[in-house]
Amino acid sequence: MSESAATTTLVIEREMPHAPQKVWRALTQGPLVEEWLMKNDFEPKVGHKFNFRSEPVQGWDGVIAAEVLVLEPHTRLAYSWATMGMMSRVTWTLTPTKGGTHLRMEQTGFASEEDRAYKGAKYGWTSFIGKMEQVVARLN
Amino acid sequence: MMNMSTQTVANEVFKALADPTRRSIFEHLSREGEQTVHALTSRAGVSQPAVSKHLGVLKRAKLVRDRREGRETHYSAQPKSLAPLADWMNVYGAFWRERFDKLESLLKRMDQ
Repeated sequence: MSESAATTTLVIEREMPHAPQKVWRALTQGPLVEEWLMKNDFEPKVGHKFNFRSEPVQGWDGVIAAEVLVLEPHTRLAYSWATMGMMSRVTWTLTPTKGGTHLRMEQTGFASEEDRAYKGAKYGWTSFIGKMEQVVARLN
Repeated sequence: MMNMSTQTVANEVFKALADPTRRSIFEHLSREGEQTVHALTSRAGVSQPAVSKHLGVLKRAKLVRDRREGRETHYSAQPKSLAPLADWMNVYGAFWRERFDKLESLLKRMDQ
């Protein structure tokens, strides 16, 4: 791809001075998730379909349809993230460090939900990332 | 988060680039510059009608531009059309950074 190539993977990483077990709770207990992310009916169960809800704004109903895809306690959590006809996948990875937890959020994807070309492979749309570059937004 | 028209344009671009053959055609045009349908076909390993169809999808997403010369149509990449993807990154980048801040302050308030 050329220099101006767009990216379809967003990565945000941050060191958290807290144990992975604690960070995991904040990521997987519905009421806690609501405090920092959005209202939700999340349940820590692979295959559980749920919604994130925030205040609707013009042009967006505020609803994100999600499904738990991966759940490895204290290590990895992934859910699909579909809104406004676009599909992506959010993956959280927790790595223990000396001072706490290295937390990594990766959002990849995007295929249109209407595009049935993706139905062949259940999550085939993730392969769409292809060779496209990644942007790593490093914080701290 | 993102306005509807930006989203619609981004959708077209995402859809167009979701197909590996189209992505390969687009990458090839980005790298090599303008090409004829004929040249693209001999490289792509699929039939000319298939290549033309893929080019049509790329053209609708404004990822390629065509130019007729004699009996040949020449295609070139329009990398600027990738801008909606960059917009998407900016919107979600800001969104998640703010959420990370909130998560951090929640963790401070939580018991071990």
